[in-house]
Formats: sequence, structure tokens, C-alpha cells
Amino acid sequence: MAELKFIGGYPEYMRKHIEAVNRTRLQRKDFTPKAMTMEERDEVLRVHPDYAAGGKRAISLGSNKGDIAPNEVVDLLEAYPLIQGNEIDVNKPDYTVDLLIVGGGLAGTSAAVFANDNGIDKDKILVVNKLRHGDANSIMAEGGTQAADRENDSPARHFLDAIGGGHFTNKPDVLRVLVEDAPLIMKWLCDLGTIIDREEDGTFVEKAGGGTSRRRMHACKDYTGLEELRVIRDEFRSREIPCLEYFPVIEFLTDGNRVTGVVLYNLETGDYKIVQAKATILATGGFGRLHVRGFPTTNHYGATCDGLVLAYRVGAKLRDTDTVQYHPTGAAYPQQIIGLLLTEKLRSMGAQPVNKDGEAFVFPLEPRDVEAASFIRECYVKDKGIVTPTGMRGIWLDTPMIELRNGKGTIEKSFPGMLRMFERFDLDIRKDPVLVFPTLHYQNGGVETDPWGKTNIDGLWVAGEVSGGVHGKNRLMGNSTLDCLVFGRRSGISTAEYLKSNPQHGKLTIDHMNNYVKLLKEAGVDTIRKAPVLLPDYRGKAVLARMIDIF
Amino acid sequence: MLEKDSKIMDTIAESNRSVVTGIDEKDIEHWIKISILDREYKVPAGLTIMQAMEFAGYRFIRSCGCRAGFCGACTTVYRIEGDYRLKTAMACQTRVEHGMFLTQIPFTPAERAKYDINKLSPGIEAFLTNYPEILRCLGCNACTKACPQDIDVMEYIAAGKRGDIGLMAELSFDCIMCGLCAIRCPAELAQYNYAQLGRRLHGKYETPVPEHLNTRVKEIADGKYNAELDNLVQTKVEDLRKLYTARDIEKA
Repeated sequence: MAELKFIGGYPEYMRKHIEAVNRTRLQRKDFTPKAMTMEERDEVLRVHPDYAAGGKRAISLGSNKGDIAPNEVVDLLEAYPLIQGNEIDVNKPDYTVDLLIVGGGLAGTSAAVFANDNGIDKDKILVVNKLRHGDANSIMAEGGTQAADRENDSPARHFLDAIGGGHFTNKPDVLRVLVEDAPLIMKWLCDLGTIIDREEDGTFVEKAGGGTSRRRMHACKDYTGLEELRVIRDEFRSREIPCLEYFPVIEFLTDGNRVTGVVLYNLETGDYKIVQAKATILATGGFGRLHVRGFPTTNHYGATCDGLVLAYRVGAKLRDTDTVQYHPTGAAYPQQIIGLLLTEKLRSMGAQPVNKDGEAFVFPLEPRDVEAASFIRECYVKDKGIVTPTGMRGIWLDTPMIELRNGKGTIEKSFPGMLRMFERFDLDIRKDPVLVFPTLHYQNGGVETDPWGKTNIDGLWVAGEVSGGVHGKNRLMGNSTLDCLVFGRRSGISTAEYLKSNPQHGKLTIDHMNNYVKLLKEAGVDTIRKAPVLLPDYRGKAVLARMIDIF
Repeated sequence: MLEKDSKIMDTIAESNRSVVTGIDEKDIEHWIKISILDREYKVPAGLTIMQAMEFAGYRFIRSCGCRAGFCGACTTVYRIEGDYRLKTAMACQTRVEHGMFLTQIPFTPAERAKYDINKLSPGIEAFLTNYPEILRCLGCNACTKACPQDIDVMEYIAAGKRGDIGLMAELSFDCIMCGLCAIRCPAELAQYNYAQLGRRLHGKYETPVPEHLNTRVKEIADGKYNAELDNLVQTKVEDLRKLYTARDIEKA
């Protein structure tokens, strides 16, 4: 690669394409391409990574045998446990609690607070984290949280928007409580002291999102997840609820039927701990770091599918594992931030997707899968994308349009995080568009639950991204933070109710794990793969080639 | 056509390869030298500090979280060879530079008060009760210089000391609680924890719950939407499809 000349953070040749965007901006100011018909949506979805041939296979064993999932996920379901049966002594619990919560994102943290509110003594609760408390996808949520709280809106409308966006595959009973509890959750956030964007008269600023028919997106600038999480975590810490960090769960323990505890692994010292619990809430998030179909991801470092794998081994039923959400607007340039999320709120506020000829080619707020597929088509079928110095293709998201439509200063006020991120790499999103391409964002499916987060396995609840059903096969913007909060709350309340019936601790065994190993062998799974993987590995190839394990 | 669509996916995967599986050495044109924990490494130019450390062989347990500038886990301090100044950064959001001497701070042992937000009021008293040491601020501005989010930390501490909770909340809003302010503070303050208290006080007491939200919460509690939702849950997909298509869309 020859030395590139950079102007305002972009190589010279990309500048030429930016000029095309600048030239057509005024004409596009009052023009928005029409939304697609259902038929047009079906047509463009053919080039969506979920719909294009390849990349998936049937699960060969367990409660969802025969269901389709991405190869990367099936690889982990068809993998052997990290521990051997004879390696550990499960009979001496290091922690004995009523309620164990695995994962400290929005779902897990709010579950702990609500369980405590509903009568579970804080010392009977334990929250365990693989990384730090709060290192989660939740903290990166930018766009907002949906709640139908304006006069022209209703929970029923929210229901309809979500189920249409999910291609009518959502589980209706769990979706119902999502939309019905949403305003309650907003009030809870306010009462805790969350700072939500307001109009001058004190009402909420509410924006549209892809696939919403009303403006119901509540944001905290573009730090929505950060603000929500740090407030709830502050409440959690003030209550002194016990919490362990850098302690991933590597296996459940059961009495044969019921989840009765877990095996924890100390990432720093390498020893294990046994937790005995009467009820367990799994809130471990998603699987972006599996890089399904070779896509970059918006997800945090620990999003490696652990919870799904562990739940499957104890027999939990999964659903909608065949779809993965690719966010249409991941950063495609500069190289340092490829895959990072550029919030949908940018489009809510007027930023237009534009091709290399400066044309607005798609309605900016289609459901995410449709929008993402239209970008892929523009780049790889119509050849109207822009090629980056590393060979990626992308289309422009015309961010200066935001200020043309809403006035100068809007970006600084509404997107301080985004502005700062690009400034660090010498790019000014107020003056120049940004290059985007779909990025792996969300695990649509997961462990099936009832409206209280309860699974088909006794003693096991799930909440947040690891669950499946509420979003069907495609989630709308602003429904993930809401999902975490609604089902964090509900699983907290539901486990508290369960614990009041005075259940006894169960036996601690790894029988389920031994059974699963048997199933693997019967299914002919011949592999050295082990799961959960806990963390991805991005070490340099030269170093890995000379790695020896002697210490 | 099926085959063609699948081929597109292969092409995309190929063009993303350097991001997903790491850069191939043969594709690297420009190298720089950096020092991690006082040991020299040759790494490709143009990576973030975090990517460069991984290239050098580090697999993170601590000091790596969201990898996108939101979580504050990858707190890094560094000097550039020949420059006396000690600089601060988030490793995931900072381009690696030739001659960088760096180390990371995986944990900040800062004091944090326990309080019941319902029993506090938005003013200086909340700080005098929970964080009286806030008055020790020397006004040296070391905190502001250290902040990787470019927050005017000293100014929000001053606002807190005046009881101007609104300004404190506004100025500190972008805080990712990485702890660098506290690490650099000669008065041993834990600024980011005070700001958290300030923001909650402002959010709770100075921006009341809007009336339209209270109304909706009450309507739901009174069961106003029950029949409609009961009905929707039972509706067949083909009818849902019709209802969905017939929705009117509010102008964004």
C-alpha cells in the first residue's frame, strides 16, 4: 500500500466521494425515499447474512435438535465442557445463597435490586460477573429505550410495531408484558434519578426508531445505556448487595432436574468456587464476539454465548436461534473503530444513507434487517459502495444533514459520544459524512421463557439478550434496554416470590454435564472444541505460533 | 441466485478478515516501536493501544471491556519518548504512537459512600454528609487534564461545592467512571463518585416525572389497555399483518 494522503482524516480518494454527498445534500434536504412494500422487503432480504444461503446448520443434539443456528453457535453447542467430572469437588459450596444472578448488565443488576425490593435479604443474593460489574453490552446502548407514554401512542401500538418488525414471530405473551411494563420502567428510572432527555416544558424528548409508528424512544443523549446502568449500579452498590467480578460461570450444577448452583472460575488465579443457590437468574447477554459469518461486531469483549451454551446443557429450550441481528450502521472507517455502533438515532434525526453517487437510496428507518440488507445490496450487487483502504466497502451516512435539518449545534448536543469518538481519529461528523456497513449487533433468539422470565428448567430464570421470544426474529431499536429492564424486574420479582415458598437447597451434581457428554458422543460429535469460550482471542499470529504452555 | 448470494457473504467475510482474526504480517507496511511495561515491541502503525497490545501477544482479562469507549475499563497512562508529560487515555479509543511507554491501571481503589437517594436533598448537604472531603479540592485542575472524556472535572467539583447540582450533572454527564481523575488528584478525591451522586440528585429532584408518564402508568394500572392487549395476543398472524400494514406512521 502506497503512502496515503489524508485530508480531514480521510484519504484523498475518499474525499472525492464525499464531494458527491456534499453536492446533493441540499436537494435531499426535503426528500426521503419511500418505505419498502412487504414484497420489496422480501426481495432485498435475500442478501441479508441471515437469509443468504450457507453459514448455518442444524443442531445435532439436545432439546432443540434439528433447529437451525449459525455455525459459530452450533460449534459451541457441539463442544465439550471445560471441566472433567473427576476434576472438581462440587460438594463443598463456597457460597450458599438464595438467589444467584449471573451477569451484571442492565438485566442482572435490576433483577438484584427488584429481588431485594421484594423481600430477599441482600446477603442472600449474589451477583457474579465474568468481567467488571457493568462491562456489558448494556453500557454501550446509545439510541434509547422505547415506552409508549405519549397521548397519541399506546402499548397496543408498541406491540404491533414490535411484532411486525419481528416478522410476526415474537412470543405474544412475553411481548405483551414488554410493552405493558415499559412506562412503569421509565417511571422507575426517573425515581432512581436517571437523567432522560427533556423538552423545555419537562416532557420527554421522544424520537422515532426504525419500524416504530410513533415517537417513543427515550434517550440520555447518546449515552442511554451508560446512564441507565450507572444509576442502577449505584443503587445496587448503595444497598451493598454482594458481587463478584472476574468470576465466569463455567458449568451449572443440578440435582438431576433443577438448577441448584454453579461452578465459578477465578480468571485471575485459576481456581474454582462452588455456589449453591435456590434460584438462578441467567443474564449473560449475547454472542457478538463469535463474529458470525465473519462480521465485525458492536459487542463488548465478553459477548461469547456462554449463557446459552450452559443453559442448553441443562436442557433449557431455545427458540429463534436461526436469526442474528446485524445493525445497519456499524463504523466502516477508520480501521481502528470498524464495527462499532453508530446509533440508529442518527437516522431518527435526519442522517441519510447515501451511495457513492450521492443518492439517497433507501428509507432511513426500515426495520434493521431490511435496512442492513439494502446497504449490502448497494455495495455488493449494485456496486455503489465506497471501498476503504483496507478493502471493506461501505455507504455514507450523511451526518451533516442532521444539522441542516435541526440547526447548528444539534450534533454536539445530541451525539457528544459519537462526535468525540470520531474526533479522536481526526474526523468531524458535523462537516463530513461517516462510512458505515452492517455489523453484528444482537442475538435475536435465546432461551425461551414465560412472561416472568422463567424457563422450562426448575430453578432457572433468564433475562435480557440471552433470552429468546420477545423480539422474535428481529428486534427493534430501543427494545433491548427495555427488555433487560422489564425482564430483570420480572425475574427479580418472580424469584423472590418463589423463594417465599421456602424451597430447600438441592443436591449439587454434574450429572447433566455427564449426560450431555454422552449425547455428544452418541451424536458423533468428534471434536476438541470446548465451551463456554469465556473470552475471544485477538493475539497476534506470530506470538500464537510460538506459544508454549509450561507454567 | 442462491449461490450468488452466498458468494457475496464470502466476499464480505474476506474484506472483514483483518478486523475479525487480526492483521496478517505480510499486509503490514508501517511498523512502529512501543514499550509495554518497559518492554519494547514492534507493532503495526494505525492500531489502537488495545489492538497493539493484543498484536504483541497480550490476552486481556482486566483492562478491556466494551472496546468502544463507554465502560472505562482500559484506563492507560503513557509518556512519549523525549517528552516529560504523563498522558492518559482509553486504550480502545487511542491510536498507538511511536515511542509510547505505556502501562494500564486495571482498578481504582476509590472511596464510595452508601446512601438512600430517597432521603437526600439536592444541595451541598448531600455532599457534606456523604463526601465531606470534596471541600479539600485544591483547584489544581489535574483531574480535568487527566480526563479521557474531556470533561471539565474541576469545574463540576466547584459546582458541587456551591450546591449547583444541575451544573454538576450537566458537566459530568459524559463520565465513564474510569477513575483517572481520582488517580491524579493530589487532594485524594474520588470525583467520579461525587458526580454520580450529583447526577442522581439532579435526575430525581430537579427533573420531575413528566405528567404524561404518570397518566400512562395510572391508565395501565387501571387496566385501560387490557382488553386491547388481550385481543392482540390472540390475533392470528394474517390479521396482525393487516393491522400492521394499516398503521399510520407519525412523522419523525
